[in-house]
Amino acid sequence: MRAWKELTKGLWDENPTFRLVLGLCPVLAVTTSVANGIGMGLATTFVLVCSNIVISSLRNVIPKKVRIPAFIVAISTFVTIVELVMNGYFHVLYKALGLFIPLIVVNCIILGRAEAFASKNSIGLSALDGLGMGVGFTLALMVIGGIRELLGNGTILGFSVFGQGYNPLLLMVLPPGAFVLLGLLLGAMNRIEISRALREGRVPSIRKEHDCSVCVMHRKWFDFSSGK
Amino acid sequence: MKEIFRLCLVLTVLCAVSAGVLAFVSARTAEPIAKALLQEKLEALRTVLPPFDNDPFNDMVRVGGGADSVEVYRAKMEGRVVGVAFELVAPDGYAGDINFMVGVNVDGVIQGIKILKYSETPGLGSKIAGEDFTKQYLGRSLADPSNWAVTKDGGTFVPITGATISSRAVTKAAARGLGIYEANRERITGAGDAEEGEDR
Repeated sequence: MRAWKELTKGLWDENPTFRLVLGLCPVLAVTTSVANGIGMGLATTFVLVCSNIVISSLRNVIPKKVRIPAFIVAISTFVTIVELVMNGYFHVLYKALGLFIPLIVVNCIILGRAEAFASKNSIGLSALDGLGMGVGFTLALMVIGGIRELLGNGTILGFSVFGQGYNPLLLMVLPPGAFVLLGLLLGAMNRIEISRALREGRVPSIRKEHDCSVCVMHRKWFDFSSGK
Repeated sequence: MKEIFRLCLVLTVLCAVSAGVLAFVSARTAEPIAKALLQEKLEALRTVLPPFDNDPFNDMVRVGGGADSVEVYRAKMEGRVVGVAFELVAPDGYAGDINFMVGVNVDGVIQGIKILKYSETPGLGSKIAGEDFTKQYLGRSLADPSNWAVTKDGGTFVPITGATISSRAVTKAAARGLGIYEANRERITGAGDAEEGEDR
């Protein structure tokens, strides 16, 4: 039961992109197509599972004072392995993801899971946590990449969806399009969480920093529009 | 004081293990990586050149001087030069250099263009690497069209929507490459035969 919870929490309740809002740099940068999203997601998942396992197994050996450098050494080792293997065996994907592979090292999901979970839990649970978080991250990249590729290019996985006559919405494949889409998706996630909570008769679990009604900008707009 | 040694020891051991693992992986992947890079270049040559039976990488002449210096790979069929390929750099892309391979036949008519390396905007300028864009250069030479420019500048080549700068950079560099070929045509197509004579 506990294991199942650790595996699935990354998919929705603690989805790294949509709920924890961590590691947004690759989310915004590489999601111009579904294929890039899948490649980045799988690479990150591999690093996440491996680093969680290693850090969990060393959790009683690593002194608290040097835990962060120790975590980073473990993480960067796995990232370099991914980079070398990908360069040799999946060269096309390696070229498409380019600079973002080495940057997995500084993806805060990975250090975040090491610090918040793997350094306190057993090896098995840490592996499941890494796997769930990685899959949740991959799904988020696929959703964002899918919408951006569909609207910005008229294709999904390179196959034409709207046909020749489609006039692509260029904004969607440019960086600002990623920000706009992410904002809309976060809003949609909040909306779904609120109606789910209402149905189940509980308080919606929306982090304060994602709740628009407590935002200064929202209040100003509210005062302005109600004539105060 | 004792604690410092313990901290150092843990980190040192961890780094040493990490270095060992990476050295192992690096040694194991060095060959596939070199192979993938060579494969990539060879594939580029195959797509831009007519069929050949020699190894163009080992049949190379360097022409031009300074910034215009280009390595020209010669493709031969039964000892005769059937076409040459050269790698060009367009320095004025939207986001840095665009490297691409151009193949021409002996008359200087483009047989193929293959974009190798670029950092243009993904999903926008990156479309220069697609066939839809590069195929319009096929069959073109320095004399046809007379104005090597994108349509926006009064030329014949249709730029990618929203990526005129990338398209312009490729067009300009391709024209420059053709110019270098024409200026050194004698040396490029003739020099090989002389070298081969020496071998025999």
